Amino acid sequence: MQADSATLHPTAAKSKRLRKPTKHGRYQLFFMASPFLILAFLFSYLPLYGWIYAFYDYRPALGIAHSPYVGFKWFTTMVSNEVQRAEVVRVLRNTFGMNLLGLMTSVVPVIFAIFLVEIKSTWYKKMVQILTTLPNFVSWVLVYSFVFMMFSTQTGFVNGVLMDLGWISEPINFLASDSHIWIKMTLLGLWKGLGWGAILYIAAIAGIDQELYEAARVDGAGRFRLMWHVTVPGLMPTYFVLLLLSIAGFISAGFEQFYVFQNAVNAHDIEVLDLYVYNIGIANSSFSYSTAVSILKSLVSVFLLFIANRLSKMVRGESII
Amino acid sequence: MAMRAKKRFSLFSIVNYSLFGLFTLLCVFPFYYLFINTISNNDLSSRGLIWFYPEGIHFQNYLRAFSVPGLKTAAFVSVSRTVIGTFLTVAVSAFLGYVFTRNEMWGRRFWYRFLILTMYFNAGIIPWFITMKNLGLMNSFLAYIIPGIVVPFNVVLVKTFIESTPIALQESAQIDGAGYFTIFYKIVVPLITPILATLSIFTAVGQWNSFTDTLFLINDSKLFTLQFILYRYLNEANALADMMKNSSTGIDISLMPTPMTIQTTVTMIVVAPILLVYPFFQRFFVKGIMIGAVKG
Repeated sequence: MQADSATLHPTAAKSKRLRKPTKHGRYQLFFMASPFLILAFLFSYLPLYGWIYAFYDYRPALGIAHSPYVGFKWFTTMVSNEVQRAEVVRVLRNTFGMNLLGLMTSVVPVIFAIFLVEIKSTWYKKMVQILTTLPNFVSWVLVYSFVFMMFSTQTGFVNGVLMDLGWISEPINFLASDSHIWIKMTLLGLWKGLGWGAILYIAAIAGIDQELYEAARVDGAGRFRLMWHVTVPGLMPTYFVLLLLSIAGFISAGFEQFYVFQNAVNAHDIEVLDLYVYNIGIANSSFSYSTAVSILKSLVSVFLLFIANRLSKMVRGESII
Repeated sequence: MAMRAKKRFSLFSIVNYSLFGLFTLLCVFPFYYLFINTISNNDLSSRGLIWFYPEGIHFQNYLRAFSVPGLKTAAFVSVSRTVIGTFLTVAVSAFLGYVFTRNEMWGRRFWYRFLILTMYFNAGIIPWFITMKNLGLMNSFLAYIIPGIVVPFNVVLVKTFIESTPIALQESAQIDGAGYFTIFYKIVVPLITPILATLSIFTAVGQWNSFTDTLFLINDSKLFTLQFILYRYLNEANALADMMKNSSTGIDISLMPTPMTIQTTVTMIVVAPILLVYPFFQRFFVKGIMIGAVKG
């Protein structure tokens, strides 16, 4: 049947789309899609209208029509009010600090992939890959639960073992402590994402021309030279694209992780922009001020996206958007 | 003539195998540790004495878990949102992907861009929250389903996939008089099942793991999900302990539920679907990231 229609209509196979669109069809297709376009409008475009809350002193009880218009008050207090400025600076420091640590660990999946392909035993390699990818598919609440149980001061495995070995005399309270919270969060992120992050690089290594390895081997390159002079350059394009993509999402990363791990003790150093907006906005009901903060955040993230895109065009001659 | 036997394991291999083994263990151990604690003697586990293997194995914790207040409802909510949400999201992604491959659609290029653009901006938490409230999605089960139905990224994936299938199939159906929906349902869907399977798995995992939508939009405890009540149980250990004391007087201490056994048991119940599904669908997970990467 398929072959018949192709031979009867030789142009059909060539033309990508159907010829002779009917007028009826044009609108029918649009109407069939329209309910979903409306959904996209409601959940993505309509919230942008909510940005006007940042220019009012919005009180949910009064509604926007009766709330006083305040112009740029919220934006200026962010800078001029000393307390608020200090808060914003602290939150920005947390956001950038943890994201920079995240960027620094972005080479770890590359290293993971490079050394994993050195493993010759197929079943071992497969097992490592399957089991290390697993944490990526559990939620942060579950990761929190694991950490909660493993590091508990009374019953936790880690404190139990360390005390048993005599390495520590007092249990360490991993969760309710403010020390090294950035590093702890980064390591947890690495634990969760390492195996998953390496998959792409493993595939990229498989795509590297084998003749390059042959040639290098003939020239007397050993294992580490092959890694450094063939595999690493072969992975750079992939690494670069992923890095740029992560720059674009830099500022909005990780609400869920930081929300579940925040507590009274570590709040000072774990509160990132989104979490701050949530804490003052939804938990404290200061809608207008927090909208102003999140507008600034959105503008910064669009700006970062453009920078990443520009960089990508410069270096690869191809845009990421 | 004595041939020098080739060294089977170099120092490099040994170190390499061990390091990967160690990290793999690190990934799996938390799952194992929590599991052995749920099936061990509750008295031992609550004193932190179960480390590497279970002792006094029993399954009372799982049998009793469903009498923990709120757990049954939450399980029902989580399963419902996963099943309904996944079905609708995948069906709509497939349909929109199909519609956008048809050149004759009115304003196709414009509407496609209209959709794709939403991937690159975000109004922010508060405006989004107020919009959801105004749309009446506070404390509604629909809040779990409707906002996630249209996922531009999925639409792009499906569209790309359909464009790689032969158009002649659709044409011959059209000549036979089939309408757009019939072509979609009878011709296109069977052709794109591989990508639909991958999308389903990813959507289902996302739905099951979703936590923030409950946090933002739901106050009604009848609509709490498993993820959400697990989070509450973890932070309200004392309330849990009181609750359990009342319901379990006169039970052997080795079976008596403690806050810890409830927390670990609920954790295992929440993670179980992922663990059960994962081995079978692992290749889809890997495929998923590859498809995403091609478009990335």
